[in-house]
Amino acid sequence: MAQHSAKGAQFQVITANRLHDGEVVYLDASGAWVADLKDALIAEGAEALEQLIAQATAEPCATGVLDIYPFEVIKDAVGQPIPASVRETIRAAGPTVRADLGKQTELR
Amino acid sequence: MYRYDEFDHQMVRARVDQFRDQVERRLSGELSEDAFKPLRLMNGVYLQLHAYMLRVAIPYGTLSSRQMRKLASIARDYDRGYGHFTTRQNIQYNWPALERMPDLLEELADVEMHAIQTSGNCIRNVTADHYAGAIADEIEDPRIISEIIRQWSTFHPEFSFLPRKFKIAVTGHANDRAAIRFHDIGIVVRKNAAGEVGYEVHVGGGLGRTPFIAKKIAEFVPAQKLLAYLEAIMRVYNRLGRRDNAYKARIKILVHEIGAEEMQARVETEFARIDGKGNYDLPVGELERIRAYFRDPDFLELPSDSETLSQALAQDPDFAAWFKNNVVAHKKSGYGIVNISLKPIGGIPGDASDRQMDTIADIAQAYSFDEIRVTHEQNLVLPHVKLDDLATVYAGLKEADLATANIGKISDQIACPGLDYCNLANARSIPIAQDISNRFAELQRQNDIGELRIKISGCINACGHHHVGHIGILGVDKKGTEFYQITLGGAPDENAAIGDITGPAFTADKIVDAVENIVDTYLELRHSDERFIDTYRRLGMPPFKERLYQDV
Repeated sequence: MAQHSAKGAQFQVITANRLHDGEVVYLDASGAWVADLKDALIAEGAEALEQLIAQATAEPCATGVLDIYPFEVIKDAVGQPIPASVRETIRAAGPTVRADLGKQTELR
Repeated sequence: MYRYDEFDHQMVRARVDQFRDQVERRLSGELSEDAFKPLRLMNGVYLQLHAYMLRVAIPYGTLSSRQMRKLASIARDYDRGYGHFTTRQNIQYNWPALERMPDLLEELADVEMHAIQTSGNCIRNVTADHYAGAIADEIEDPRIISEIIRQWSTFHPEFSFLPRKFKIAVTGHANDRAAIRFHDIGIVVRKNAAGEVGYEVHVGGGLGRTPFIAKKIAEFVPAQKLLAYLEAIMRVYNRLGRRDNAYKARIKILVHEIGAEEMQARVETEFARIDGKGNYDLPVGELERIRAYFRDPDFLELPSDSETLSQALAQDPDFAAWFKNNVVAHKKSGYGIVNISLKPIGGIPGDASDRQMDTIADIAQAYSFDEIRVTHEQNLVLPHVKLDDLATVYAGLKEADLATANIGKISDQIACPGLDYCNLANARSIPIAQDISNRFAELQRQNDIGELRIKISGCINACGHHHVGHIGILGVDKKGTEFYQITLGGAPDENAAIGDITGPAFTADKIVDAVENIVDTYLELRHSDERFIDTYRRLGMPPFKERLYQDV
């Protein structure tokens, strides 16, 4: 599993890419994969994350996605996740050099 | 140009059918990702940050108009209206869906194209001088032997599971435009005293984490013996190359560890064994058959100067500026080699829209004997344009935003996709290239600076060739922030050199100032008409480093 969290990260979200088209998705509270990071479930602490990873990588959750891994987020004022890294910021939005492409065109 | 024979067609179609079945089984859940991943990679399908990416092979960078039109229609129908030309003379699509990939590959097969050998630990798509067959003083068109190497290496059963990927490049000219000294095997076409064609062989070059300049291990391998010789190198590598550590698995590490002489001795021993059997000799008839595909198009006998061209140059200073920077002398009198810059000021290096690709296809069909080349510097070439037609070609390119007059200049940068797209990247490359391009936008200033090659990679894997940039920029990640390390003095050509690191890295908001600082130092210290790289070779790092860090 790819490592995209700092050691001891407090808040983390599980991500993957959708199998049939590669779209970036996040695991939400119902165990579904959703396209918008705002809808993702935030795991707090190592134990909660471990449980969430176990859920994400088991059937039926793991079907229909690939490359499942957690990454660190911080919570904004209303408790929504903001990626801690440039990489995940770009994955959540689209290429910074093409504002006309990717999630950034639909989610704002 | 080479045309598929029945075996080529059959192989490519069979591969598409096979992959269609594999994709179906993956989507149905029958195949796990672990099982499927090596299969998709064998067909050029990667997973990047936002989506799948498909890398399509363009063997030795040569395309027909029909093929370019297909690349355009695929960009339109399967992707988001553009493609990205790469430093391996390939094209990448950034958004294709897995479920549509088999249809996409089938469309490619219709025009004799595929995505085989664009990934995995096999012999990759062979690259060659993009001026092949057009430039004066060429010993032989490098595409002839490149095509033979392609046929030999495709699905070669013994070399399907090498320790690591393997890249071969060929130049047929003393001026190396194919960076052959930075490939696993680099080949220079030679002629001996008897006028026979043979090949000088270099081995163990590469960029990435551990850059090395290839070592010459053969001065002259006769044409019929080349495949046996390559086979011998591959066997030595396949046997001795490390499989325990991906970072030490390339042949460059093997050559470095055992030394060039030992490598040469082992290759010679293996070669003698293979050659003794005689059945690896390339049949003369086959060599001639392939050669025929690459003979000159039907050039007209034309005077060396064109009245039409002279008039257009006198009338239109923009055209004259483009002509000076982008058109290179052709071997045939009355013709020119046209470079199409894919580096518009502030643009994304190597990207072309579907409409631009269609325009280029139309122009190539009408004015360049139906031929287009992809350069490893992420530009395109119309190899055979009549001087009389240059003004018309320029007008057509200009209308499609393809007439930037900056070939070889500071804004003609190589940049890998970087963290905007790539799963391996640590930092963004494209925005840095754009900022540098905007800073040095003025053509007068670029011309005054002269030849200066900036190459940018977003990680140590060096797809952006930063080690061999006159100015190289490497993106690194420091605790979640993008930093950029600078190297100076690299060169990919026959005077191959790996750049020297200047010192501490710069943040994204300081890197363009740093580049400008280096350029200003050069302008101040250069002798008249001295290129940046020559000034650097004369003076070395100290004056550049001193000024670069004086305020730090």
